[in-house]
Amino acid sequence: MRVVAAMSGGVDSAVAAALLVRDGHDVVGLSMQLYDHSDREGGARFGSCCTIDDLHDARRVAARIGIPHYIVNFEREFAETVIADFVTEYAAGRTPIPCVHCNGDLKFATLVKRADGLGADFVATGHYARVDIDPVTGRYRLRRGADRAKDQSYFLFTLDQAQLSHAMFPVGDIDKAAVREQARALGLDVADKPDSHEICFVADGNHAAFLEGRGGMAGAGSIRDGAGRTVGSHEGVHRFTVGQRKGLGLSSPIPLYVVGIDAAANSVTVGPKEALERSTLTASRVNWIAGMAPEAGTRVTAQIRHRHREAAATIDPRPDRSVRATFDEPQSAVAPGQAVVFYSGDEVVGGGWID
Amino acid sequence: MRIYFDHNATTPVDPAVIETITTCLAEAYGNASSVHHFGQRAKAMLDDARSSVAALIGAEPSEVVFTSGGTEADNFALRGVAEALEPTGRRHLIASGIEHEAVLTTLKALARRGWRVTLLPVDSSGLVRPDSLADALTDDTAIVSVMHANNEVGTIQPIAELAAVAHARGILFHSDAVQSVGKIPVDVGTLGVDLLSLSAHKFNGPKGAGALWIKRGTRVTALLTGGKHERNRRAGTENVPGIAGLGHAARLAHAKLATEAARVAPLRDRLESAILAGIPGTALNGARDPRVPNTTNISFDAVEAESLLIALDLEGVAVSTGSACSSGTLEPSHVLKAMGLPSPRTQNSIRFSLGAGNTEAEVNFVVSKLPGLVGKLRSLTGARARA
Repeated sequence: MRVVAAMSGGVDSAVAAALLVRDGHDVVGLSMQLYDHSDREGGARFGSCCTIDDLHDARRVAARIGIPHYIVNFEREFAETVIADFVTEYAAGRTPIPCVHCNGDLKFATLVKRADGLGADFVATGHYARVDIDPVTGRYRLRRGADRAKDQSYFLFTLDQAQLSHAMFPVGDIDKAAVREQARALGLDVADKPDSHEICFVADGNHAAFLEGRGGMAGAGSIRDGAGRTVGSHEGVHRFTVGQRKGLGLSSPIPLYVVGIDAAANSVTVGPKEALERSTLTASRVNWIAGMAPEAGTRVTAQIRHRHREAAATIDPRPDRSVRATFDEPQSAVAPGQAVVFYSGDEVVGGGWID
Repeated sequence: MRIYFDHNATTPVDPAVIETITTCLAEAYGNASSVHHFGQRAKAMLDDARSSVAALIGAEPSEVVFTSGGTEADNFALRGVAEALEPTGRRHLIASGIEHEAVLTTLKALARRGWRVTLLPVDSSGLVRPDSLADALTDDTAIVSVMHANNEVGTIQPIAELAAVAHARGILFHSDAVQSVGKIPVDVGTLGVDLLSLSAHKFNGPKGAGALWIKRGTRVTALLTGGKHERNRRAGTENVPGIAGLGHAARLAHAKLATEAARVAPLRDRLESAILAGIPGTALNGARDPRVPNTTNISFDAVEAESLLIALDLEGVAVSTGSACSSGTLEPSHVLKAMGLPSPRTQNSIRFSLGAGNTEAEVNFVVSKLPGLVGKLRSLTGARARA
């Protein structure tokens, strides 16, 4: 069976590809070139993934495990989907998650189509997640990776049944230590390559500089307290995220946090930690993995950030692809633009974008 | 089975050339500048190679300067002439818009140092018109550079006419003949040029060896300075094995120039006409004639060339989407763009370049595979698999 392995140049996708080879598949390695590399080498630093060095690493891995490897140019698609959304969301005072779009709109959309054109039914990635078929309903399920600490199912919540039917996550059943061990056993240079944490296309984690470099961001505005009084000023709402404490430039006897962002008024509202707590949230553009919404009152655990400890909640899906979630205990820093993903045990029920 | 239809990128090294190179590596390891036996043996190999290269292009051996390849030869010609003529007040350079990056990027570098650069347009068949060159010449033009055969579409330029136009104004003329030497007869006298670049690996020789032919009396400043190698024109201990390989490849190419062209052209024509007739929505890019005998460049409507290239490779067929040197960029081919082709065609074109060893059976295999691959890719375009 021919499988396209999406190779980012990291250790996870390298081992994913190697495991497919071990299982006897006809593996074709593809790496996505997401931005123009010309005139950059040795010049300005940018990004932490899919750089020219990463493409080089992917090529070396492919040669080592004996598979053909190609670089496919997705600059245009990446700019039109992932980067465009990232910029609009920040400009609207929200905190986007580009990785979700990269998975749903590139890897499991454009890349699946490319794979199909090459006679491959599946696209495999190095995500720590699992996909299988529910023995009762016969539908595809998306589940957390076996390595709970590295689980990336949160970033895959937009995948629909058709997309899941083309997805393979070969490292989903093993833990990170085993992945590195495999890589070492295979003599892969990337065995000890550090994990990437930052947003891949933003240099040095400085998203404000990236956004300002692209223009279109509103300028300075005011910082207000909960009563609407101006207590300071800021240099653009895109520099803030709900729950943020650092970089406010305010002196206060108690620690102050960003509790709200109003892009239309170009203002940032601050308050004490308690002001961050919310018992309910609504989310829109919801995707239910099974293809249909669960019943109102369904009990789930909900995760409002990648690094959030899931919290018990009750969900109330609406017909317009939105959902209301009510937490058993109030949750801190519910940031608009982030995703809320609902789980039943280790299975992803669905998720949406926080309003 | 692996089929190699990418000879304009590079060619397989002829087994006889490999033997020459390995013998040279093993036995003629002397420094060609040394006085003793070992040096003399190496020097003799350089002399033989120089004669062979000169014979291939109708030149005098003393006019041939060995380089590391076509890119260095182009750099040497343009930078060398620019530097030599700078004191005379010349500040202008002319080239065609469809030159190889080795020329275009070098001109950009010179432009950053104050030189004016004019890029000549080409017509829809890819040809430079002599009157457009005449219009572009100025009193301070130092050199005109127009490639002999284009690497992407294979079109052969009217070099003799163009060179005559430049010479009428006393201006030097260089031709990058990397894609023509070894494929068609190239005679520097007939072409009437002053400088000409060639590269061994385009005609079954090794990579890392090439030459710039410099007409006797032409002033060119050396790029590489150091010892008195290559009559003070290119310093550095000579790559004797590579140059010996270049020489041997030149002898072989010279001997079979007519027969090989007569063998390859019908194969190329068969491939081309089978694709154009058998697959709807295909079009030939560039003039059918005059063209090097091994190249055809074809656009496939509604097909991403990148995907077709990969699909063909997975079937064992090696082709390219244009210049190997611009792979990985999203830029539409500057050659097809300069020819005025509309934007989809500049991005869905595939270059097939045949060479020694290709057979009719291989052409038939490719012709049998292409319709299915193209059909599959076309069935996917437009229908975005997006929820």
